[in-house]
Amino acid sequence: MSAAWNELWPYFVLIMVGYLPNEIWRVLGLVLARGLDEDSEVVVWSRAVATAILAGVIAKLILFSTGALDTIPLWVRVAAAVCGFLAFLAGKRSVFVGVAAGEIALLIGGFLFAS
Amino acid sequence: MAAPVSFDSDSAAFFSGVKSAWTSAFFLVLAGTYIGIGALAHSFGVGAWWFALSTVLVWAAPAQVILISALGGGAPLLEVALAVTLSAIRLFPMVVALLPLLRGEGTRLRDLLLPTHFTSVSMWVESLRLLPAVPRERRIAYCNGLSVGYMSTAAGFGFVGYHLAAELPPLLAGALLFLTPMSFLMSTARNARLMVDRLALVIGLVLGTVLAAKQVQFDLMWTGFGGGTFVYIVHRLREAAA
Repeated sequence: MSAAWNELWPYFVLIMVGYLPNEIWRVLGLVLARGLDEDSEVVVWSRAVATAILAGVIAKLILFSTGALDTIPLWVRVAAAVCGFLAFLAGKRSVFVGVAAGEIALLIGGFLFAS
Repeated sequence: MAAPVSFDSDSAAFFSGVKSAWTSAFFLVLAGTYIGIGALAHSFGVGAWWFALSTVLVWAAPAQVILISALGGGAPLLEVALAVTLSAIRLFPMVVALLPLLRGEGTRLRDLLLPTHFTSVSMWVESLRLLPAVPRERRIAYCNGLSVGYMSTAAGFGFVGYHLAAELPPLLAGALLFLTPMSFLMSTARNARLMVDRLALVIGLVLGTVLAAKQVQFDLMWTGFGGGTFVYIVHRLREAAA
């Protein structure tokens, strides 16, 4: 019983804190199906909240890295992210150009300065 | 606008949808994104099948990254659920905008359950572009095929990233882990056309860093809820002053 529960626990967590809190907004869209203007105040606010959360996750992934990324020095990771963003701005706001430049900078910096 | 097409059966429409998913530009975007998230899942110590199931059930890259990094980092479950739900609000207006394209004479609610679950950025953008050329009675089948095509791409390349992260030397594995924050940073910046969105991006980066460094409980929730609301108030004040 307890062993089975230990096996199932991660999947229970996935349903409770991953699937349900995410899916509820899709189901609300299906049930309420009333048009929500892209510029309505609630949408502007919720987009600001979602953007800020995602930005917080981005910052944490770059600055407080785990695993293999942690073997590359912090300043290299930050410098590579800045390089990528500058290339993104210079390259007509192309996501591909930005990501590629950031990755190249990270590989060069990591190769030279890996701890 | 795509040229009108006709299908003999629902399954023909379904497989045409799968094919257009595998040949669209989003195929590469999804492959790269999920290679990165797969590597992330490996480094945070979640199981490969658990991660694959999260792709099928959650089916939203930002929510999955929040889920994996917050759970892997040992955040309280309540905070994880709140952060996931705050990141998912955008799905609501997307479903509302998509359904009128799918509904026809005699469409039952249960026919719309799958397309509702499948709604995500890639599927949504392509559906809005391609569905008008598809006969109305075949649209749900076509849309489900499109979504299954995208979801299988994501799940498959998720496994690839997960196993690459385990096998590659540290520098290359580190570069894989760098894919997710980089691609999210650029795509969020590209989608942030309004001042309020750009400010939210900057505030989120700063607040997320400061709160995480100070090891504040519920740091992600405060970053999103506090930072986002602060930005929204600034936006209202600026509009009132203008």
